[in-house]
Amino acid sequence: MTVFLSLTFSGVALGAIYFLAASGLSLIYGLMDILNFAHGLFMTLGAYAAWDAATHAPASWGAPVIFVVSLVAAVLGGALAAGLTEVLVIRPLYGRPVSQILVTIGLDLAATGLLLGAFGSNPQSLPVPLWMMEASHFAGVSLPNADYVAFAGGLVVLIALEWFLRRTRYGIIIRAGVENRTMVSALGINVARAFTLVFVIGGAMAGLAGLLYAVVFSGELVSPTQGDSLLIFAFIVVVIGGLGSIRGSAVAALMVGLVQDYTNFYLGNHPGMAEIGNLSVVLLLAVVLEWRPRGLFGSTL
Amino acid sequence: MTNALDVTDLHVTIGGSHILQGVSLEVPRGGVTALLGRNGVGKTTTLRALLGIVPATGTVRILGTDVLGWPTHRIVRLGVGYVPEDRDVFAGLTVEENLRLAEQTPEPHYDEVYSLFPELRARTRQRAGTLSGGQQQMVSIARALLNGWPLLLVDEPSKGLAPRLVSELAEVLERVATLSTVLLVEQNLAVVRRLAQRVVVLDHGEVVHTGAADELDDPVMARRFLGVAGAS
Repeated sequence: MTVFLSLTFSGVALGAIYFLAASGLSLIYGLMDILNFAHGLFMTLGAYAAWDAATHAPASWGAPVIFVVSLVAAVLGGALAAGLTEVLVIRPLYGRPVSQILVTIGLDLAATGLLLGAFGSNPQSLPVPLWMMEASHFAGVSLPNADYVAFAGGLVVLIALEWFLRRTRYGIIIRAGVENRTMVSALGINVARAFTLVFVIGGAMAGLAGLLYAVVFSGELVSPTQGDSLLIFAFIVVVIGGLGSIRGSAVAALMVGLVQDYTNFYLGNHPGMAEIGNLSVVLLLAVVLEWRPRGLFGSTL
Repeated sequence: MTNALDVTDLHVTIGGSHILQGVSLEVPRGGVTALLGRNGVGKTTTLRALLGIVPATGTVRILGTDVLGWPTHRIVRLGVGYVPEDRDVFAGLTVEENLRLAEQTPEPHYDEVYSLFPELRARTRQRAGTLSGGQQQMVSIARALLNGWPLLLVDEPSKGLAPRLVSELAEVLERVATLSTVLLVEQNLAVVRRLAQRVVVLDHGEVVHTGAADELDDPVMARRFLGVAGAS
């Protein structure tokens, strides 16, 4: 039972990171019809921004402060990368969704290549406080504190995002735009601003996901291709949850995180089953799509 | 005083189909001008082209300003309210959120809107997608009225509504027309007769007739331009 609970908690932590990675992707698709293949790049850049900030911060600040600084750098790095992408790359191609998708693929490939050129394929080590690696006991389960941080990060972002989408004018514009972008314009609203905002928010969450993934599941290592491997799962989460649905992303991220964790543990040790965790996620996708072709939460927020 | 709307030689091509083939029309300020014609002649496309929702060529002057090529939100902010054909309320948003989204002036006319549609006041927290067709039409019209704008483009407001609701709707539009200029696309001739002072008839993407609304009392005219019988 303890093992099961332990797996459940770490699956939830993984799900929280998937949620951070997927929710921006989902909003961007919902509002703009863009499958943003550069989203993995935002995660990678967020992680590199965190690494850069942490390695340049004076040691006298102490590990906890440096970690907070790297957290802020990840969020800002992801947001900046996403905002610039929207303004410089996506905006000139408004009305040409296929070109927009293609350009995000090209941007991701080119920028990942640049990162490989600049930093090499060897991962960089991210300084994190020792406390993050220590274990804490909760409900009879012992887990690294980093898992709790990931879970808390996902929960805080979910609550903040729900609040933003329900209570602020721009949140309402985004929800309305996901339903009917043309009608939002016909009410006198400049939807292009909402496009940029959605990219910036999505990029901020992706940057945070990039950092937390490096800390929790990648041995505090940052590498140029890490965002791309996370992106695959983010896409699966978005499709299972329903394109454009934040709540759908949250539920689907938890499902994917848990299924992956359980199957990896219970089946992954058998011969030839090393990839069973990833396979189980694809099977989950297939089952959900067979049952609900538009994902769990359809196309509404 | 300039017209509320001047359109000259408006052309729209969508997916290879030349839908509007040189539409020219004027809408003087005040009252209701009805844009009539059989299904598929380009009435809705005309409204969408005026708002920049579909690309067009020609000249469109709204409240004295040339707007062709402008983005939709800028055209609307000149002072144009739009009630689309299928209401297009945001189903996942509450009535209140639908209205809040439409606010473009510092002092939106909520009192006026709620006096026209008292039912909406009681349903502010209800999701628009759960409203009846008539109530959704109220939300759609309320959004267009909220800013007290001088020009309203209203596309088939009676479509799909029960006869009793159509009559209530006509009453509302009659009151609205005392405040704003209305360009009304409408298939229901009774509503047109009640509201409109002028009619513009489209056929095959062109204006084929412009005149006073009471010309529709002539059944021959009505049948000729609109393909409807029983016009009297």
